Amino acid sequence: MSTMTLFKNVVHWKTGEKVTVAVEDGVVVSLPKRGHEHARVLEFTGAVLAPGLVDLHVHLREPGQSGKETIETGTRAAAAGGFTAVACMPNTVPVVDTPAWVEWVLHRAKGAGYTRVYPIAAVTQGQKGEQLAPLQAMARAGAVAFSDDGHPVASAAMMRRALEYARNTGLPIIGHEEDPTLRVDGVMNEGFTATRLGLRGLPNAAESIMCRRDADLAELTGGRVHLAHLSAAQSFDALRDAKRRGLPVTGETCPHYWVLTDEAVGDYDTHAKMNPPLRSEVDRAACIAAIVDGTIDCFATDHAPHTSDEKARPFAEAPFGIVGLETALALTLTYLVHPGHLPLARALELWTDAPRRLFNLPEVDLEPGSEADLVLFDPNAEWTVDPDLFFSKGRNTPFAGWSVKGRVLATMMGGRFTHLAPEVDFEHQLVLPARDQK
Amino acid sequence: MTMSASVMPAPAPVSSGSFSGQSPASDERHLLGLEGMSRDALLGLLEDAALEREWLRSGAPNRADLAGCSVMLAFIEDSTRTRMSFEVAARRMGANALTFNASASSLNKGETLLDTMRLFEAMGAQLLVLRHNMSGAPAYLARHLRATGVINAGDGMHEHPTQGLLDLLTLRDAWNGEFEGRRLAIVGDIVHSRVARSAIAGLTTMGASVTVCGPGTLLPHDVESLGCTVAPTVEDAMEDADGVMALRIQKERMEGGLLPSLVEYAREWGVNHERVALMKPAAVVMHPGPVNRGVELQASVADSARSVILDQVANGVAVRCSVLKRSWLAWKEMA
Repeated sequence: MSTMTLFKNVVHWKTGEKVTVAVEDGVVVSLPKRGHEHARVLEFTGAVLAPGLVDLHVHLREPGQSGKETIETGTRAAAAGGFTAVACMPNTVPVVDTPAWVEWVLHRAKGAGYTRVYPIAAVTQGQKGEQLAPLQAMARAGAVAFSDDGHPVASAAMMRRALEYARNTGLPIIGHEEDPTLRVDGVMNEGFTATRLGLRGLPNAAESIMCRRDADLAELTGGRVHLAHLSAAQSFDALRDAKRRGLPVTGETCPHYWVLTDEAVGDYDTHAKMNPPLRSEVDRAACIAAIVDGTIDCFATDHAPHTSDEKARPFAEAPFGIVGLETALALTLTYLVHPGHLPLARALELWTDAPRRLFNLPEVDLEPGSEADLVLFDPNAEWTVDPDLFFSKGRNTPFAGWSVKGRVLATMMGGRFTHLAPEVDFEHQLVLPARDQK
Repeated sequence: MTMSASVMPAPAPVSSGSFSGQSPASDERHLLGLEGMSRDALLGLLEDAALEREWLRSGAPNRADLAGCSVMLAFIEDSTRTRMSFEVAARRMGANALTFNASASSLNKGETLLDTMRLFEAMGAQLLVLRHNMSGAPAYLARHLRATGVINAGDGMHEHPTQGLLDLLTLRDAWNGEFEGRRLAIVGDIVHSRVARSAIAGLTTMGASVTVCGPGTLLPHDVESLGCTVAPTVEDAMEDADGVMALRIQKERMEGGLLPSLVEYAREWGVNHERVALMKPAAVVMHPGPVNRGVELQASVADSARSVILDQVANGVAVRCSVLKRSWLAWKEMA
């Protein structure tokens, strides 16, 4: 007989009510009518219990780049960030562009995963944009979406064929939206900071033009398009327009786009280098507006770990990308919820129900019968971001030393704890005597 | 575990969140750019350079100001005048000047820039004069090398501070020491020009104004935020100006689709006699070199009495003497 876990007197993420939730055998169960001899109780006044977060856009770097991250370290970091499921991008070495590699990722995740891992498969072979990858076979093998992330599907004709071909899988194609002819060799947002530093710019239009192209292709083909990591004001407008037209187009954005601007690049700080790049204050405000008005369908981190050596290169040579799993919830609370842009329940929905719906993942809630994929966090606890304490192999965050509010206390996947904050002390666990319960 | 429902604080300010501790920009061993340098600091360097210029002209024997100082001249990108100018300055001041030959180096064997530069540091070079095609390379090395002063001899499209200083010294002479109320027109490829960025930073700090102009493909995004104004035509830029700086047009710009042809460029943006006549009577013509005669500058304008191009070169040695001294003094203080 397994031990029951009770989350006692916690705040329900949606209703805000004080509740006690019981978990047994991997699922949420009704509170026992009578006492329960072997329950362990976590009681944190003011802590919020929610379905585990889902990140539809992470780079776990396996196969092939285990110096940057592995499925084990990446999902461990995810668990520390309150995630119970991640979808991982196929731009690995080699590219996940066959059913065998999809199965390999799933198999690997089963042994080493601290979260559920949903592979995203490449749209084109080798992500080269030339020939379709076997989308149907990869869907059958367990892929939840297709993407050439890291690269755009440069040719409109190829994107059209991919959307048509993927249509009967029902899975979305995730667009890394970037016109390669406008991108050229840009390394940061085209704007004043790039002009000041003499760095080549990546213009907003490189992103938004592709968003509009793919919206029109979604209309042409009826295929589903999901716009990845949107950063530019014009891209949010493109997504808004697509929805107004009733097209099957959805989109995500990432915490760094609502927190930072390109000024964070400061004096060539490679920890503020990612693609798409940090934009202007106008874009940051547009990002928050698009979140608030419902244009944005879900959040994602674009967690992109790199080694310290790689990030210690000169700015133009350093790779794009920052880690995000272990700071995502705190940045959401600190910069969207606490300032009043978004109610807590809505912010959490964008990390939980919304991505699960988008990718047809099993629903999770706090009701009996639901899979016990849960996160318990204190929305008001302050902590300082210290990359040395990350579980991710990547230390590449622009938020080092930042004081943020909102801390994950415990993450549970399928009824088993995948993360416990150091302050969650099991010495203090109670083994309840019978009749302690209502 | 406390769960106090404390008052929500305002979010932390959006800051750089940089890892890089103290800023190399405030460390006087380094000269990374003119942006952010104070007017007093610039004036001090210019006054000193004017004295050094007299000394250089006098033909007096080499001095020993930099005795004991090894200066590594690392020109990872080709350069003739800047490298030689630094070499002359370093030798005249008594430094041990070493030239690093990038093409025959371990940089071509896959060694990183930082590892190679650490070699020089380990061999005892106190000052590093770096030319690199990557913007930010000197700032990068200043942050990562502990014991070496880094002097930027031109980094990518960012800054070329000793060029900026020699331009300031040249204009100080031309303008009788008065920067206030003066205006320089800079014509041409602004987006790729480190010379323009240093000139704009230096001149605006000194109280002069700068007008830039050029084909739309060669103007950087939001260039006004650098502190200059933008003129639609070369005539508008040069009218009543106190000087003009023509920038070199590189042939690669044609291949990149940024310009239709050199002929078109010369016609629309070239600095010729008619355009020079629009400036104030005493206005000067400058060029950072090397000149494409007949493209950005009419040949006879380059050779005219208005041209101060060779003064710029002479001033270059003087300002580099001053810059090397400044870095060496700061290095000795830190040591």
